[in-house]
Amino acid sequence: MVLHLIVIAGAAVVLVPFFWMLSSSLKREIDVFRIPPQFIPSPVVWVNYPEALSSHPWGLFLANTLIIVCTTMFGALLSNSLVAFGFARVRFPLRGLWFLVVLATMMLPRQVTLIPLYMLFRNLGWLDTFKPLIVPSYFASAFYIFLLRQFMMTIPIEMDDAARIDGCNVFSIYWRIVLPLCKPALGTVAIFSFMGAWNDFFGPLIYLNDPDKRTLALGLKSLAGWVVSSGPPRWAVVMAMSFLVMLPCLILFFFTQRYFIQGVVITGVKG
Amino acid sequence: MNAVSKRWPRRRTYGSRLARNAAIAGYLFISPWLIGFLCLTLGPMIASLYFSLTKYGMLDMPRWVGLGNYSELLEDAEFWQSLKVTSIYTFSSVPLHLMFGFMVALMLNQNAIRSLSLFRTVYYLPAVVSGVAVAVLWAWIFQPKAGILNGVLALVGIKGPMWLLDPTWALPAMIVMSLWGVGGGMVIYLAGLQGIPTVYYEAASIDGANAWQRFWAVTVPMMTSVLFFNLIMGIVGSFQVFTQAYVMTRGGPMDATLFYILYLYVTAFRRFRMGYASAMAWILFVVILAVTSLVIKSSSAWVYYAGETIKA
Repeated sequence: MVLHLIVIAGAAVVLVPFFWMLSSSLKREIDVFRIPPQFIPSPVVWVNYPEALSSHPWGLFLANTLIIVCTTMFGALLSNSLVAFGFARVRFPLRGLWFLVVLATMMLPRQVTLIPLYMLFRNLGWLDTFKPLIVPSYFASAFYIFLLRQFMMTIPIEMDDAARIDGCNVFSIYWRIVLPLCKPALGTVAIFSFMGAWNDFFGPLIYLNDPDKRTLALGLKSLAGWVVSSGPPRWAVVMAMSFLVMLPCLILFFFTQRYFIQGVVITGVKG
Repeated sequence: MNAVSKRWPRRRTYGSRLARNAAIAGYLFISPWLIGFLCLTLGPMIASLYFSLTKYGMLDMPRWVGLGNYSELLEDAEFWQSLKVTSIYTFSSVPLHLMFGFMVALMLNQNAIRSLSLFRTVYYLPAVVSGVAVAVLWAWIFQPKAGILNGVLALVGIKGPMWLLDPTWALPAMIVMSLWGVGGGMVIYLAGLQGIPTVYYEAASIDGANAWQRFWAVTVPMMTSVLFFNLIMGIVGSFQVFTQAYVMTRGGPMDATLFYILYLYVTAFRRFRMGYASAMAWILFVVILAVTSLVIKSSSAWVYYAGETIKA
């Protein structure tokens, strides 16, 4: 059927960049600039990968990135679940108003508060540390609050009531009843905050100066150089490194697809 | 003492104490967000407004200049260029994104499609990767001589343009690049489509509607709230483009891809004009507020909420 063909064609088009990246990374430098471009490299060479890996201290960059990513993930899980629980389960005055504010902040561009935040972190002496990148995640963010709250509201309130009868205070209800039942949504939060921190370029660009504190994103940028101005980069090597940087996200996706899609859907459809 | 006239001491009811404890607990639970909101969002926003009325380099204290920054911005060619670039980008890529995402979702939703989840995975894949790696990859794809895009165009006899090196084609290139990620929206539309109760379609068929009429009478109205949400988020997101412009073109050639945030970044962190950049940030905020308000206002005309009983 025509529809089937269109869908398949579209899927092929979507996959082409990935294959092109892989194929370029396996070419010799002279083959990279062959015209017309080879789709399948011949010969296939692997040298670009070790060359990419030896160009910069990637182990260090990986460690830096992992530190930021893991602490951010933990902060996101902790703070957002606490806040979402408050909005979902606890009746407090002005709750509706505050939640509207939360929703409104979802539409606020990060850059409006950028400069004063930068100044704040400068006055705190946090410039050129990981702190400005990590600490904000401990204060919850609108997107995850929304996601977790919607999910928590689907958990039957009878569970809370049963626990309360058994003498649980409200924090125990959060910690022992609701939170364990939220694992799918928490999984989604973990995944998205992982990816957000892994791919973040703007934050590290602004707050980190020391070359030894660079993250993978900054390192990749350094490897690619200025793409259009000062001379062409070693494309094959750059593609190899780009693939390696993308790989963890792709692997994570393949193992946790359900949580990805589910998270996107909960916010997108019920939004 | 007359027992009958003894007045009961006024006691607080159980409900009221519960309510008070709940209030304290509630605010404790949301305190991370509330503190963050006040210190990391609202406070800085007000500070940003103050800075925008000052001349503020990196080393000295802010000097009051009133509306000086704003009047300077009005004369600033780069500012207008960046506004123009970002607006063109937003008003092209967001509708296209919506349209293609919706179309693909519609196609995948037809019962004739086998292995739906495989296709869904494939289309979603680009949305999983982002940042510098993607920007670099696409810079390579757009490479005029050896990049695959011009290679494929050459196969059908078209001589491709210089893309990122050509002032006319650089911005369209970025728009094309953004369309690679339509899968992100597509999964949302797909879920929305699958959530439309089939009874509506049956009822429409019974009333004699053909497929085209069913689409406009059932599918589209039921999807408007999803489309609306994605439109808003799409607009907000598209105003924040930075990494692609920074990595791929540095705003060139000839400011053809000078996105607003890129110009803001250059102003603040390369030219160290914090006050001026703060004015830019506030203008961005106002523009986004205006655009989203417009969209929200218009929504009452075209957005249909199908029986939602529990609202935020």
